[in-house]
Amino acid sequence: MSATTHEARGLWAWVTTTDHKRIGILYGGSAMTFFIVGGVEALIIRLQLAVPDGAVVSADAYNQLFTMHATTMVFLVLMPAAAAFTNYFLPILIGARDVAFPRLNALSYWIFFFGGLFLTMSFFLGGAPDGGWTGYAPLAQQVTETVRMDYWALGLQILGVASVMASINFITTVFVMRAPGMSLMQMPVFAWMAFVVAFLLLFSLPIVAVGLFQVYLDRNLGTLFFDAFGGGDPILWQHLFWLFGHPEVYVLILPAMGIVSEVLPTFSRKPLFGRAFVIFSGIAIGFMGFGVWAHHMFTAGLGPVAEATFAITTMFIAVPTGVKIFNWLGTIWGGSIRFATPMLFALGFIAMFVIGGLSGVTHSVVPADTQQHDTYYVVAHFHYVLFGGAVLGLFAGLYYWWPKITGRLLDERLGKWNFWVMFIGFNMTFGPMHVLGLNGMPRRTYTYPRGLGFEFWNLMATVGAFLIAFSVAIFLWNAIRTRTRGEIAGADPWDGRTLEWATPSPTPAYNFAEIPHVETEDAWWHAKYTENDEGHAVARSNPPDPEAEPTTDIHLPSPSYYPALAAFGLFLIMLGLVYPPLGLVLSGAGVGVTLWGLFGWSLEPLTKEELPVAGSQSPASPDADDGEDAEGTEDDKGDEGDEQTDEEDAENTDDGDEGDGGES
Amino acid sequence: MSADAAVAEHHDGHPDPVRTRKVAMWVFLGSECLFFGTLISTFLLFRTRTGDGPTAAEIFDIPFTSASSFILLMSSLTMVLAHHSAERSDWRRSRIWLVATALLGTVFIAGQVFEFTEFVHNGLTVTTSPFGTAFFVLTSFHGAHVAIGVIMLLGTAGISYAGRMRPNEGMNVEAVGLYWHFVDIVWIVIFTVVYLLQV
Repeated sequence: MSATTHEARGLWAWVTTTDHKRIGILYGGSAMTFFIVGGVEALIIRLQLAVPDGAVVSADAYNQLFTMHATTMVFLVLMPAAAAFTNYFLPILIGARDVAFPRLNALSYWIFFFGGLFLTMSFFLGGAPDGGWTGYAPLAQQVTETVRMDYWALGLQILGVASVMASINFITTVFVMRAPGMSLMQMPVFAWMAFVVAFLLLFSLPIVAVGLFQVYLDRNLGTLFFDAFGGGDPILWQHLFWLFGHPEVYVLILPAMGIVSEVLPTFSRKPLFGRAFVIFSGIAIGFMGFGVWAHHMFTAGLGPVAEATFAITTMFIAVPTGVKIFNWLGTIWGGSIRFATPMLFALGFIAMFVIGGLSGVTHSVVPADTQQHDTYYVVAHFHYVLFGGAVLGLFAGLYYWWPKITGRLLDERLGKWNFWVMFIGFNMTFGPMHVLGLNGMPRRTYTYPRGLGFEFWNLMATVGAFLIAFSVAIFLWNAIRTRTRGEIAGADPWDGRTLEWATPSPTPAYNFAEIPHVETEDAWWHAKYTENDEGHAVARSNPPDPEAEPTTDIHLPSPSYYPALAAFGLFLIMLGLVYPPLGLVLSGAGVGVTLWGLFGWSLEPLTKEELPVAGSQSPASPDADDGEDAEGTEDDKGDEGDEQTDEEDAENTDDGDEGDGGES
Repeated sequence: MSADAAVAEHHDGHPDPVRTRKVAMWVFLGSECLFFGTLISTFLLFRTRTGDGPTAAEIFDIPFTSASSFILLMSSLTMVLAHHSAERSDWRRSRIWLVATALLGTVFIAGQVFEFTEFVHNGLTVTTSPFGTAFFVLTSFHGAHVAIGVIMLLGTAGISYAGRMRPNEGMNVEAVGLYWHFVDIVWIVIFTVVYLLQV
C-alpha cells in the first residue's frame, strides 16, 4: 500500500497541511503575491519620481511606500521565496521523507503568513510604517506619534519568530535526516547554502529581536534605550540593527547562489567546478557576515579605528564571493551549454551580481562611502545585489524546479521573453541610479526640483521599472497558460544531477519509494551514468526508475489545524500590543488561542493509523514533534500521542508502565 | 544512554524523534545565547548611566540576591536528579524532582518580584535612567524564561502523570533539562555582570 496523508480537500487541506512540499508551495505563492504588492509600491514610487516636482502621492504617503517596499521585498518576498525552495527541496535533496518537525514547519509558515498580513493591513489601520526599513533611532522611532512604527517593530518580530523556528527545523533536518551514507560534504550545494542561511538567521535574528523589543518599549513604556535626551544611545540601535541586517544580506543572496550552483552544472553538463570551494566559501561568508556590520555606519562617527577595521573586513568578505564567481565560470568553461531559460537567469545572475558586488567594494572605502552614503548610488548597489542577484537567481530556480513542483514545463519562448525583458528593464531602472547617486540625488526624498540634472535618468528608471512589471506579467501568463497546456515534464526533464530528479514529477507525498543510499555527490547523476576509460560519461544500461512505487507502508504526519490556530493566536497578541492599554484585552484572548493551539497540538497523535511494527522493514513515521520550545512560549513535551513504537524497547516499556500504573 | 543509542538508529532514514528533539533544543539554545548576549551588552553599555536615579551600589541587596541565586542553582541539581530518574524510567521519582525544580524556580521568581518592588520603592523604575531601563528589561526577560521553564517542567510532570510518557522519552526530560540548565547558566552571567561587577 502506498502512503496517503491528505484526506482533507480544497482550502482546508492547505490550512492543515504538514507536508513540506505543500508548505513550500504556500511560501512560494505568498512570496509571489507579496512580490506583486511590493512591485506596485515600487511602481508608484517610480511614477512619483518620473518627473521633477512630481505630485502623484504626498510626502507622507511616499514615506509609507518606500518603507513598505523595502520591508515587503526583504521580509515578505526574498526570504519566503528562498524558504519555499528550501522547504520543498531541502528534504528531497538530502534523501529524507520530510523535515524533522513537520508541524513546526507548518507553524513557521502560518506565523510568517500572519506577520505579512499584519504589516500589510497597517495601510488600512492608520497608515503603514513610515520610518524606513532600517527604523533608525531617534527620528523614525520617536517622532511619529502614530502606531505606524509599532506595526513595524511588532511585524518584524513576528516574522523573526517564524524564521528562527524554520531555521531550527532545517538545521535539525540536515543533522539527523540525511540519507544513509550521505556525508555533509556530499550534500548538494543548494542544501548547503540553505544550511548556512539557517545558521545566519538563528544567530542574527535574536539580536534584532532584542532591538525591536527595545524599540517597542521605548515607544510604549517610556524606556530610555535610544532616547539621547534621557541618556540612551541611538547608535546602539544601529549596531543591533546592522548586526542582524548585514548577515541578512547573505540570508537573501546565499539561497540564490545555491540555486545557481545547481543550475549551472546541469545546463553545462559538467560537475560543479571546485565544489568544496563553493561550499567553504559559503561557510566563510556566513562567518564573516557577522564581522562587517559597521560598514553601514561609517557616517555615524565611530572613529578612525573602527572605520579602518570594518573597511578591511568588508574588503575581505569580497574574497569568498569572488571565489564563487570563478568557480561558476569554471563550471561553464568547456561545458556543452544549453541556453534554456533557467540557464539564462543563472548567467544573468552572475553578470549582475558581479556589478553589484563591485559597487559594494566601493562602499568599503570609507571616504568614498561618505560621499555615496544615502544617495541613489546605494540604492543602485543593493538592487544589483538583491534584484540582479537574488531575484534573478530565484527565477532561475523557479524555471528549473517548476516541472518538479507542477509536473509541467514552463513555456521556453515565453520564458526567454520573460528573461530578456526583465534583464533589460532591470538595467534601465537601476543602472542610471549609479549616475543619479554620484550626481548627488539623495534617497528617501519624495521629489526633486528641476534643473539639477536628475530628470533624464529618473524618467529612464521609471520606464525600466514598467518593463520589469511587464516581464513579471509575462511570467504569470506563462504560469497560468502552462498549467493545463504545458508540456508534461516527466521525472527528469533537464537530465539533472541531484536527488530531486530521482522522484516523479510532482514529487509524491512520501518523496522516495525507497530511501536512497548515497555514496557520492551528484548521486542521481552517478546512478544514471558511468565513466569510460577516457573519462567520458556513458549512460548506464539499467538506470533506476524514478516512477517506482513504494513496496512498504510509509507513514506520514497527519494534517493538523493546530499550527495555524497557534499562529493566529500570536497574531492577536501582537495586534493587541499595537493599541495598549485597551488592546491588551485582545492580546489576552490571543494568549488563550495560542495556548489552545499548543495544548491541542501536544496531545494530538502524529499519524492517524497505528504503525504496524512488523520488523526491521517497517519505517517509523517521520515524526517529530514539534516545536514547542522554539519560541519558548509553551510547555514542551510535544507529542505523546502516537503510542506506536512502544515495542522498540520492551524492557523499558515494562518499567515505564509500572511506574505510571502505580499512580494513575 | 546505551538504551537510547539503540533507539537512535535510523529507521528507513528516519531518526529517533526524541533524539531529534534534543538536537533541536541545542540549536535553539544557540540562538538564545545571542538573545541574552544582546541584552547583557545593552546593560554593560548603560550600567553607569544612572542620571539622577539611584546607582547600582545604592540599590542592590547582594546578600538577598545571592540567596535567591543559590536557590536557582540548586534547581539545576534537582533537574539532574529528575533526568537521572527518567533515564531509568523511574517516572514517579522523576516527577517528584520535576515538581521540586519547578518549585525552586517559582521561589526564584517570587524573589525577583520582591526585589523589583523594593527597587521601585527606592526610586528606580524602568524610566528613571538608562541603567534602570537596561536592568529591568534584562532581568525580567530572564525571569520570563524561568517562568516558561516552570510551565515546561510542570507540563512534563503532568504528561508523565497522565501516563502518556513512552519509555524512550526520558530524553524529553533531558530536553527540558537542557533548557533549564541554560537558564541557570545565563543567570550566573547576569548575576556576575549586573550585581557583582560594580565600578
